[in-house]
Amino acid sequence: MSEQDQASPLLEVRGLSKRFAAVQALKGVDLDVRAGEVHCVMGQNGAGKSTLIKTLSGAHRPEEGEILWEGRAVEFDSPAAALELGIATMYQELDVVGGLTVAENIFLGHERATGGVLHVKRANAAARSLLQRLGHGGLSPSREVGSLSAANQQIVSMARALSRDTKLIIMDEPSAILDSGEVQNLFRVIRELTAQGIAVVYISHRLEEIRQIGDRISVIKDGRSTASGLHVTETPKAELIRLMTGREVANVFPPRAPLAADAPVALEVDGLELKGHFEPVSFTVRAGEILGLAGLVGSQRSEIIETIYGARKATAGRVCVNGKRLTPGSVSAAVGAGLGLSPEERKSQGLILDEPLYRNVTLSTFGRFARAGLLDESAERQAARAQIDALELRPADPNRPARALSGGNQQKILLARWLVHGTPVLLLDEPTRGVDVGARAEIYTLIRRLAAGGTAIIVISSEIEEVLGLADRVLVIDDGRVLAESDANEIDEHGVLDLVMKGSAA
Amino acid sequence: MSEQKTPVAERHPSPASSHSAPGGRTSGRNLLHGSGARSLGLVIALAALVAIGLITSGERFLAVENILTILRHASIIGVISIGITFVITAGGIDLSVGSVMGLTTVVASLASVQLAATQSTWLVMVLVALLVGGIAGLVNGVIIAYGNVVAFIATLAMLVAARGLAELISGRRTLIVNNTDFLDFMRADFLGVPVLVWIFALVAAAGWFLLNRTTFGRRTVAIGGNIEASRLAGVKVKRHLVYLYVLAGLAAGIAGLMMMGRTTAGTSTHGLLYELDAIAAVVVGGTLLIGGRGTIMGTVLGVLIFSTLTNVFTQNNMDTSVQALAKGLIIVVAVLLQQRFAARNERRATAKPLKV
Repeated sequence: MSEQDQASPLLEVRGLSKRFAAVQALKGVDLDVRAGEVHCVMGQNGAGKSTLIKTLSGAHRPEEGEILWEGRAVEFDSPAAALELGIATMYQELDVVGGLTVAENIFLGHERATGGVLHVKRANAAARSLLQRLGHGGLSPSREVGSLSAANQQIVSMARALSRDTKLIIMDEPSAILDSGEVQNLFRVIRELTAQGIAVVYISHRLEEIRQIGDRISVIKDGRSTASGLHVTETPKAELIRLMTGREVANVFPPRAPLAADAPVALEVDGLELKGHFEPVSFTVRAGEILGLAGLVGSQRSEIIETIYGARKATAGRVCVNGKRLTPGSVSAAVGAGLGLSPEERKSQGLILDEPLYRNVTLSTFGRFARAGLLDESAERQAARAQIDALELRPADPNRPARALSGGNQQKILLARWLVHGTPVLLLDEPTRGVDVGARAEIYTLIRRLAAGGTAIIVISSEIEEVLGLADRVLVIDDGRVLAESDANEIDEHGVLDLVMKGSAA
Repeated sequence: MSEQKTPVAERHPSPASSHSAPGGRTSGRNLLHGSGARSLGLVIALAALVAIGLITSGERFLAVENILTILRHASIIGVISIGITFVITAGGIDLSVGSVMGLTTVVASLASVQLAATQSTWLVMVLVALLVGGIAGLVNGVIIAYGNVVAFIATLAMLVAARGLAELISGRRTLIVNNTDFLDFMRADFLGVPVLVWIFALVAAAGWFLLNRTTFGRRTVAIGGNIEASRLAGVKVKRHLVYLYVLAGLAAGIAGLMMMGRTTAGTSTHGLLYELDAIAAVVVGGTLLIGGRGTIMGTVLGVLIFSTLTNVFTQNNMDTSVQALAKGLIIVVAVLLQQRFAARNERRATAKPLKV
């Protein structure tokens, strides 16, 4: 990388500022990106990463500061203008059209056509060569994108970026939707891109990833650059965390409290099966215990807890909460019996984004604040308020729409919902997805505290490290089967991956 | 920050009230700052129409008699609109309300029903109309919630079928309502105001209360805001959907009774295209067609705007075709303005712009 140090930057950003109404989202961001490098941008949620990306992709126009492109000051006021220069952006939410084919998606907006008549064959051929460049020659250009996995949809999105004369690709948390194997594949693709001289701006929360793929790092905090162009290899992890949070994070996972020997079984799953998804599983979780489900994306772990919860109807088996058998396929029965779920997709499955915070907190319990159907909103608000304060939700204003909160705080809303409910069994599906480092530590502490208070908890996470750090006991799951059960202290990340690899081979 | 908070406070009860008076009353503020603020544009639109009416027709327009005419005209479609405001707030749609209303007038005017009413009480007719409307709504709701049929299709089928059934039952003849007790009640004035208008006012007040003050209303808004999140939080979504369509059917039944009172007849052609007028009034009023936000006050104003418009045109003997054109314009302009407002509101609330 040393020869790159002398290279003049492809993109240079100086003192960028952007303001929305009363909120100063960016207050001076500096960034320089060189051709052929992977430049990581880090920062907590709300630090201004999204605003920075949108400014660089032409979606926002900055108030102050300048953007130099290949040494020339430029101003662009539309995504089309940025694309024209050679800056393509891959947003976190995949922006592919499910009903169109791979090739149609790649050339969306600049179709291969004469006088409005499409050249299907030519487009397919061009798409194939782009996919080959990305090491995915096997992906058929005529396949419908909706039928592809998230990882492959991302490849399509990347091919689209390449289909124009792109020199810089901005990737907003591309690994958020991928499992570990797919992430390695993504890295391979990124290395191929940079080898061709394309620069990548890589946004991620995951420090380990950045260590693997990044060349240099810039850190922003509260809309300001706290570090610009640090070399990945020369910057210790602790230093990065300090730059992002302004404090030292020593031990992320809180210590486990020993489980009482006579702790009663709170959740009993017996021979539960959902044909086409998972084989019969049986296990118990005791009050105060945290059970982790470790497995890769697609291992059907979410399906297992959704079936326990009644959101999917089991084809066989039974679930008991505190000895009481649940009606299969009924969420309201499960909630009534004391099960709570924090779903994987917070925004689409968990929250009513335009409703105020307090109503999101009481979504499972508002009936309690009513007499003969008549709501007592002040009692309801008070109950929500108590949890908002206890969990240090920010902003603490109970009337804010849930949409206005960061990922970590949205996750806290879901925890608060079940705290108001006082449920004895909690199912947490990816409780820290899209949550920044600081808020993660808080959520870990919270989960631990709930367990210490006697709640039985099941945790699912794509990050094996997280499952192992948080849980007392772990079930390793692959392809709808429980491969092993282990004390969380007696297995490590390698052990889990080993099991999964062997399991798939068998 | 204060600038930023303003729109949020407009949308929802002001944060200050919950701090300073945790057990106190927020309802008054809610009324003023919530739907009230949103309805301001509608009030202005209504005032503009009144001004046009005054300029073109002068004193005649503001005469008590004429105002009561406007209200009477608004009352029947108004009751239907209140019913479907709930369905639309929950993210559904009911296209069948007009023809279900027609069906209720036919069944409630049948000779046998009227005979039974004469022998006992005219309330028999009321009961029959509500039963017919409720059953039609129940069928809609069960097909939508448990049959997983899209509401648009299920209620479109009911629109066609209920009209057909009404024609079969009535033999395409107009059935005369001759129960004098029923007609006396429906055609009476109370405190100088027609009973029809009173019914509209009562239904609107009950609707406001149900939507804003009860668990039923909360479930309705929650389901419209995010049906999956509501289901996973333990809300009995399917059952509630059935209730909502039953509610719309009951409103159609009440409207049918009012129609019978006004026209002294039951016929299968009653309520033709009423569903579209009602949907227009609801949407112009500010209820989101995609669900998650509903306003009864807005619906009432929407209905009043359209009936005032009709009145202005009638007073000036103007072409009904021009009137239809004006209606169309009002719908588009109102929705465009609301979208602007909603976008700005959201932008300020989240301090992030909409996705470009």
